[in-house]
Amino acid sequence: MEGLEGIIREHPFFAGLDERFIALVSGCAKNVRFEAKQYLIRHDEPANEFYLVRHGRVALEIAAPGHGALTFQTLGAGDIVGVSWLISPYRSQYDAQALELTRAIAIDGGCLRTKCESDHDLGYEMMKRVVAILVQRLHATRLQILDVYGR
Amino acid sequence: MSMAAEGAASAAAGVAGKPAGPDPWLPRLGRIVSRRRDSRDAWTLEIREQIPQSASFRPGQFNMLTAFGIGEVPISLSGDPAAMDRLIHTIRPVGPVSTALAQMRPGAAIGLRGPFGSGWPLRQAVGGDVLVVAGGLGLAPLRPVLYALLAGRERYGRITLLYGSRSPDDVLFHREIVSWSRRQRIEVHVTVDHAASGWDGHVGVVTTLVPRAQCEPQRTVALVCGPEVMMRLTVAALHAHGIPHEAIYLSMERNMKCALGLCGRCQLQSVLVCRDGPVFRYDRVRGLFAHKEL
Amino acid sequence: MESAPLAAITLGGLQALFDELKNQGYRVVGPVVRDGAIVYDDIGAVSELPRGWKDEQDGGHYRLVRRSNDARFGYAVGPHSWKKYLHPPLQPLWRARREDDRMSVEPERAVPERFAFIGVRACELRAIAVQDRVLLGGAHADLHYQARRNGAFIVALNCSQAGGTCFCVSMNAGPKVDSGFDLALTEIAEGGEPLYIVAAGSEAGRKLLSALPHREAQSQEVAAAAAIVARTAASMGREMQADDVKELLQHNLDHPRWDEVAERCLACGNCTMVCPTCFCTSVQDSSDLAGLEFSRSRRWDSCFTSDFSYIHGGSVRTSTRSRYRQWITHKLASWFDQFGSSGCVGCGRCITWCPVGIDIAEEVRAIRESERPSAAEPSGESAAGGITPVKQR
Repeated sequence: MEGLEGIIREHPFFAGLDERFIALVSGCAKNVRFEAKQYLIRHDEPANEFYLVRHGRVALEIAAPGHGALTFQTLGAGDIVGVSWLISPYRSQYDAQALELTRAIAIDGGCLRTKCESDHDLGYEMMKRVVAILVQRLHATRLQILDVYGR
Repeated sequence: MSMAAEGAASAAAGVAGKPAGPDPWLPRLGRIVSRRRDSRDAWTLEIREQIPQSASFRPGQFNMLTAFGIGEVPISLSGDPAAMDRLIHTIRPVGPVSTALAQMRPGAAIGLRGPFGSGWPLRQAVGGDVLVVAGGLGLAPLRPVLYALLAGRERYGRITLLYGSRSPDDVLFHREIVSWSRRQRIEVHVTVDHAASGWDGHVGVVTTLVPRAQCEPQRTVALVCGPEVMMRLTVAALHAHGIPHEAIYLSMERNMKCALGLCGRCQLQSVLVCRDGPVFRYDRVRGLFAHKEL
Repeated sequence: MESAPLAAITLGGLQALFDELKNQGYRVVGPVVRDGAIVYDDIGAVSELPRGWKDEQDGGHYRLVRRSNDARFGYAVGPHSWKKYLHPPLQPLWRARREDDRMSVEPERAVPERFAFIGVRACELRAIAVQDRVLLGGAHADLHYQARRNGAFIVALNCSQAGGTCFCVSMNAGPKVDSGFDLALTEIAEGGEPLYIVAAGSEAGRKLLSALPHREAQSQEVAAAAAIVARTAASMGREMQADDVKELLQHNLDHPRWDEVAERCLACGNCTMVCPTCFCTSVQDSSDLAGLEFSRSRRWDSCFTSDFSYIHGGSVRTSTRSRYRQWITHKLASWFDQFGSSGCVGCGRCITWCPVGIDIAEEVRAIRESERPSAAEPSGESAAGGITPVKQR
């Protein structure tokens, strides 16, 4: 348990989080590893877990008929994979596939959500951090939509 | 009336006393030596001048290239500044002139004037880290910098190239990037905006690469070239990463007809891009980004 | 100004001036009446000068009307300026030819045509000086302009009549000529045959003057000439507070006034064509059908066209708002940064020849007024009348 707490404390997503909350988060966490091509998240499945990537690379994809899987973002060490666990209806909106051997901490979304509901201070911390990531991804998406390198 | 004023100084004399040099509007002649495709829609031309010029160029400078009978456009030099017998230009066909240029085959005649414009600040970068951020075809004007940095590798600290492209097929100088990366004399991160399966590199906009750059922000000079929107957002990411505005340089683009400061086309408020740029320190052009359609 | 005594010449002396200039190989150009306007054209005799005319000018309005005397220079300025000779609307640049597989390029030789300009106003002298800085003062001199400019003989004129849109006094550009001429005339037209008080401004001017039938000007004639110029200075049709206009405009790049002016502006480019300092050009390439002969020429261009700011993918300045803003901020503000002076000489042509009468002085005033706290609303509390300055940084 001590090892997990250390990793969580060091991860950018939880940077500066109160020790009390680190312990709460750690209670919902476990170590996982994915081989290349293995899926972390499947589209439209319940968002039971999200992942703090420690090593490796993960592609976020959307399957498009006739085009195969379109990757719209790749994530790596220091990133988190999965945000739907915090937002109703708690279902994944895309696929997340390991591009290489990937080690991560998996956090049980339902477990942490329950703790957030009972301690809104924790809930607010989680909300702030997830919103920051969503906004960052929204900006990136805008830039992609602009297709600035196109004609 | 014999008291002719011939020889007497008129009011105009002295105003324009500068001796008449070669006509700066006149193109020199060259021929295409080779043409290669460097991405889905960009071609690199190698040009040999009819009468080779001895002068070198500074990375970041451009030539005005003429397709006879079609027109003339500014195209940055994308080759090695140390190899002056060949002029290298990488061109994407967009308008009639760039399309005609990009289609030129070996042996074809081409007109050229230049080099023109300010270069990238290599001297300021000596002794510190260099972060090169390119978007799309913006890698072309930055490639001479990378050649120059690699040629004087020991003078610089960490050198990082962050390159963002539209899709894997649009990645410019792909093999060369791989070789730079392999030799590990510079750290290279390439990303594309979107990719179908088969691409195992990064996907995401180039700004997302900035936190990965292993440079020391306070001793880094950042050189940025790409579409204006990309540069604007990159500057924000660089600044957030701790690189001061005074250490960030951009290459700006505006319509140009002469490159001599005479045609007025490349005005960007207080500057003429051909005369004062195209490379500007960010704090010099910062105010311009706040306003649309300048 | 010259300390030498001023000379006086009659119309006969003026004719002798034209003749002598022609003798010396100058192409004499000056004001003539054509198509209801006073324009600049080749001129041989004083009888071709616009005798007894003056120009009535206002925003979008120009009309020649009879004056009460026989002044030959009793107008202000027309649609032409001397740039049409020094920096012509169309300038061939080079020709190229392909023979077998060989290409050759030949420059269009800069023709050293020697112009003598008759009746150059103070504002126009200033405009020539402004174009000198742009086209000759940088790292690359324009050889075509240089050839024409170096050969020019300038007969300047102190204005005896301010036009309805003139504001040279505001721009510190007139109405009295002070330098940059070979000869300067002041026309005294009251009481019959006009008399010209002449000052020489160069060695060439002095030599030429000495060859003309002339006498020394009497002190009352010199005083009368000075009074005429003073009266002109006091009767400017327009006014522009110019001391801080650079900062004013550069701090107001997103002022709502640009939208208002864009509602009237037709983006026709007239203002840029008549402006004596506007210098922007485009180039045009052409070839014969066989693809053996090629040429490039340069022509006046206007920042009001969409092509002007085209970069791959589209124009930078798509809106009329941005094009008007570009023109006026360049003219009155960024010209200082680029070339060390204002680009405006206060001649008023852009006001007169604007088909909808947009007034550069009025536009500056509107932006300035909006910055001034209103007496009616000392709190400056937003809302009415655009009291709050729009500054964005």
